[in-house]
Amino acid sequence: MENSNKHDAWVGFFVLLGAAALLFLALKAGNLLSLNFDATYTVQARFDNIGGLKPHAAVKSAGVVVGRVESIVFDDKIFQARVTINLNKTVAFPKDSTAKILTAGLLGEQYIGLEPGADEKNLVAGDTIKQTQSAVVLENLIGQFLNSKAADMGTSASSGTTTGNSGSKP
Amino acid sequence: MIINFLSRLGAATRNELSEIGAGATLFLQLLARLGTALRRFRLTSDQVFFLGNHSLSIIGVSGLFVGFVLALQGYYTLQRYGSAEAVGLLVALSLVRELGPVVTALLFAGRAGTSLTAEIGLMKAGEQLTAMEMMAVDPLRRVLAPRFLGGIIAMPLLAGVFSAVGIIGGWLVAVPLIGIDAGAFWSQMQGGVDVFADVGNGVVKSFVFGVTVTFVALLQGWSCKPTPEGVSQATTRTVVVSSLAVLALDFVLTAMMFSI
Repeated sequence: MENSNKHDAWVGFFVLLGAAALLFLALKAGNLLSLNFDATYTVQARFDNIGGLKPHAAVKSAGVVVGRVESIVFDDKIFQARVTINLNKTVAFPKDSTAKILTAGLLGEQYIGLEPGADEKNLVAGDTIKQTQSAVVLENLIGQFLNSKAADMGTSASSGTTTGNSGSKP
Repeated sequence: MIINFLSRLGAATRNELSEIGAGATLFLQLLARLGTALRRFRLTSDQVFFLGNHSLSIIGVSGLFVGFVLALQGYYTLQRYGSAEAVGLLVALSLVRELGPVVTALLFAGRAGTSLTAEIGLMKAGEQLTAMEMMAVDPLRRVLAPRFLGGIIAMPLLAGVFSAVGIIGGWLVAVPLIGIDAGAFWSQMQGGVDVFADVGNGVVKSFVFGVTVTFVALLQGWSCKPTPEGVSQATTRTVVVSSLAVLALDFVLTAMMFSI
């Protein structure tokens, strides 16, 4: 009896230790504390291009997280991405706010930035944010840069006197 | 000649099938007796003590060193890209998702699974199990089911301890030794590790591995040849089969959980 009582105490210690380890993982390594159990309301936004935005991405205003992206679907009626956003009930935004897809740092993950407008009415559940700005696509930027560079080259080559080695002249 | 070949093929197939059948039967019988093992918890808690507490030291020390090595190796690669702070995230994700459950299961198979197999195999070789049946005591209920349940309880807790100690080990290397900012270390980790998707799935994995390793150990002991040689072969097979099963299952589970 004495012996098995001692066993019991050690088993209890083991179970407690395991539970403490799991709790440590959940609290310290995971983000249980920052999980949001607040009430939210849902608004939508349409983007031409969402870039690398993912569900559960943060929605920030002035750098503070005010909501989360719930889902992203492609709408084949308007050929745009329809992004559903859960905003915290505690924050209200004017109806003409702007949603932009921004990037944290140079290569960081993408989030939605909300810039408040000046409308007197606020967004309510089910509304759609009208003004949006798509994600910056690196390939498009490079394409624009190359195009403008080529245009510069073309004008400088036609004004210059040396042999135009590119086919810039018609 | 051809008949001979055919009959050998047939015998081999029948043997395989009957082994699979015996394994499945034992599994179902054990599942059916889990309730009794829960009711007579004294027997189970002795097994948790034997399988869990006695494995704590090897699990803790291994976790610590795995954390050390992960942090060092991760730092060498990450600092080239100027993101040495992400080493916390790297350590936590790899431990919680993969290394914690898998390495714990491999160690558990070597530390606890072998002793289960040897114990049951020797009981069988000494005809203790038969003697129990003669006294109308069901050995599955009295001997195997508490061990099964004990292994299932101990394994997720051990995996949790492994991951937690590993993260502390990673912290020890990254923050005091290398000098990464402690706040960035923890905040990167908390930003990237999801409680349910990462920690929760890790716990599910370790639970599945606990069932696998304990069951393989019990099956090998239960079906071994009742000779010294048979017991030693069964003990070896426990390590080989349960390690392979854990690694293969890990791939399947990872593909199902994290493939989106």
